[in-house]
Amino acid sequence: MSGGETDWKRAKTGFAALLGPPLGWFLLFFAVPMAVVWAYSFGTNVGISDIEISGTFANYARALEPLYLGIMGKSLAFAALATLICLIVGFPVALAISFAPPNLKTWLLIGVMLPFWTNLLIRTYALIALLRDEGLINSGLELAFGWAGFERLSLMNNNFAVMVGLVYVHLPFTVLPLYAALDRLDRSLLEASFDLGAGHLRTIWNIVLPLAGPGIISAVLLTFIPVLGSYLQPDLLGGPDSQMIANVIERQFKRANDWPFGAALAFMLMYLTLFGIALQSLLKRRERPE
Amino acid sequence: MPDPAPKRTIIEFRNITKRFGPVTAVDNVSLTIQEGEFFALLGPSGCGKTTLLRMLAGFETPTSGQILIDGQDVTKVPPNKRPVNMVFQSYAVFPHLSVIKNIEYGLKMEGVPAVERRERAEAALAVVQLEGYGERMPDQLSGGQRQRVALARAIVKRPRVLLLDEPLSALDAKLREELRFEMSALQDRLGITFVMVTHDQDEALALASRCAVMNKGSLMQVATPADLYEFPATRLVADFIGSVNLFEGRVEEDESDHAIIHLPEIGIKAWLDHGTGASETVQIWLALRPEKVELHKRMNGEGPPTMEGTPPGHNVVKGRIMDIAYLGSESVYDVMLEGGKRVRVIRPNLTRWDQEDFSWDEDVWLGWHAEGAHVLLS
Repeated sequence: MSGGETDWKRAKTGFAALLGPPLGWFLLFFAVPMAVVWAYSFGTNVGISDIEISGTFANYARALEPLYLGIMGKSLAFAALATLICLIVGFPVALAISFAPPNLKTWLLIGVMLPFWTNLLIRTYALIALLRDEGLINSGLELAFGWAGFERLSLMNNNFAVMVGLVYVHLPFTVLPLYAALDRLDRSLLEASFDLGAGHLRTIWNIVLPLAGPGIISAVLLTFIPVLGSYLQPDLLGGPDSQMIANVIERQFKRANDWPFGAALAFMLMYLTLFGIALQSLLKRRERPE
Repeated sequence: MPDPAPKRTIIEFRNITKRFGPVTAVDNVSLTIQEGEFFALLGPSGCGKTTLLRMLAGFETPTSGQILIDGQDVTKVPPNKRPVNMVFQSYAVFPHLSVIKNIEYGLKMEGVPAVERRERAEAALAVVQLEGYGERMPDQLSGGQRQRVALARAIVKRPRVLLLDEPLSALDAKLREELRFEMSALQDRLGITFVMVTHDQDEALALASRCAVMNKGSLMQVATPADLYEFPATRLVADFIGSVNLFEGRVEEDESDHAIIHLPEIGIKAWLDHGTGASETVQIWLALRPEKVELHKRMNGEGPPTMEGTPPGHNVVKGRIMDIAYLGSESVYDVMLEGGKRVRVIRPNLTRWDQEDFSWDEDVWLGWHAEGAHVLLS
């Protein structure tokens, strides 16, 4: 220590000591495994557990076959639909929370975050208990409308169930960034809009939505990306035609034991996601020059 | 001072009370505002003035009572259907819209066609002297310019009443003074009724044709600025508007053309040029504005000067200058009387050497004219 006058950024040893461990952790447990898997994606299986990094593009070529492109396309469509539903459901929720009285606000936010405190697997099984043929919804409806010849709905093992699961699990990822954006909005802007003759809907359309734009984009990204990589919901709630790309990737790594192809599929997903983020920051930069 | 020509009532508050949970923000206020007035709601923060204005705009609903605009009960009418527009304290200029789009916003909501909209918006820009700024974005404007945009956006709607919430408080002192004159001129030109909320008494006195002083949710006094200053109703108003010296006293002689008041605190008698109507048994207060007190040199052996309009020996008291604040245009003297009471005296510096007339620790006579003081009953 050379005394309090030294700029902390110039105390190189101290700086390195602080930076070192997290950087080492990051390199060892994130960058290195990613690099290994990325290398695998250019590899070939030789024997049961050996992979030769041959530099081949065969895995990627295979990933672009119609079968996998179809599943990728379907995953994108699922993710888009789930994100849209999350936005439509989440926007009023976020708006309501941001306008709630302060003490209620805390409880509502806890309510939104509460599912995070429960294991994802348990929540998904809870959905099964709700949706299956003898589940709570069907037996409840049966109790109420059994006299009118009610027939059980098939709510499980189909795309509908997957969509319910995806929306349910990812809704907090939409609500929280939306809430953060809406809560920052200067209330007097809304009052000014009312004062100038706009009703509630026109105020939301003309003032709230444009000003909450960056928040909406974050909400879309934060929802879309994890939905795209969802694995559990199609696996547990879906039917034979509900597979998403993550299920295929999982199968390559496990049952099919084709790591190179699995790696290529995984990185296709990654390239797509990175492309999306790059697009967003490009849009952001256009919005705010400087 | 009566108003010239009685005017039509445009706003009426009838027994308005507003509670927020256990807090009573506005307590049974009844008030009428005339057409064409520049009316100020004045009071310390938390006195209920902003709540009253927000109820007039429609952002708050009274707990009880009625609000009438142009004779119409608007108590339950939403803000977007009221013939009033507001200039917000923060200006609330929409940051994602250009200046001209901000101004056109209200007209668009009314369904005014695009061409007329643009014409009226340009005209409003001219009124606030921002011609050529239409395409700018709000973050390219200074605080004063944003304030003008907020003003233009409100007046372009041709409201019956323009509401101003602390319109100048976010600006620096110099600009504030400039805009005061402009606002006043603008109000004259437009002939719209202005209702302004302010905690700044100078702003209220300078701009308003009539002021309501509020405290703790209630109206203390409603009067012209001059009446508020020269004839405050209570000590509270006297103290809030400008500064004041207060002396406890009791009426000794009360005639129609004069009164004599004993001031035991400072051991002298005060002579007033008018009767007070106060009972001789109750305590009253003599209010004396600092600029209405004169300073006179006090040499050894010299008797007290005789004050204008009073018999000798009245309205004069011995004191010693404890502190002087030179403010350029005037000097403020802190004078201690013999009993220990402090009196504030303001003396204009009429020539460049006036501030040297008196100095620290100098013995002086304090005196005031028969017309200088005002009696307060509460």
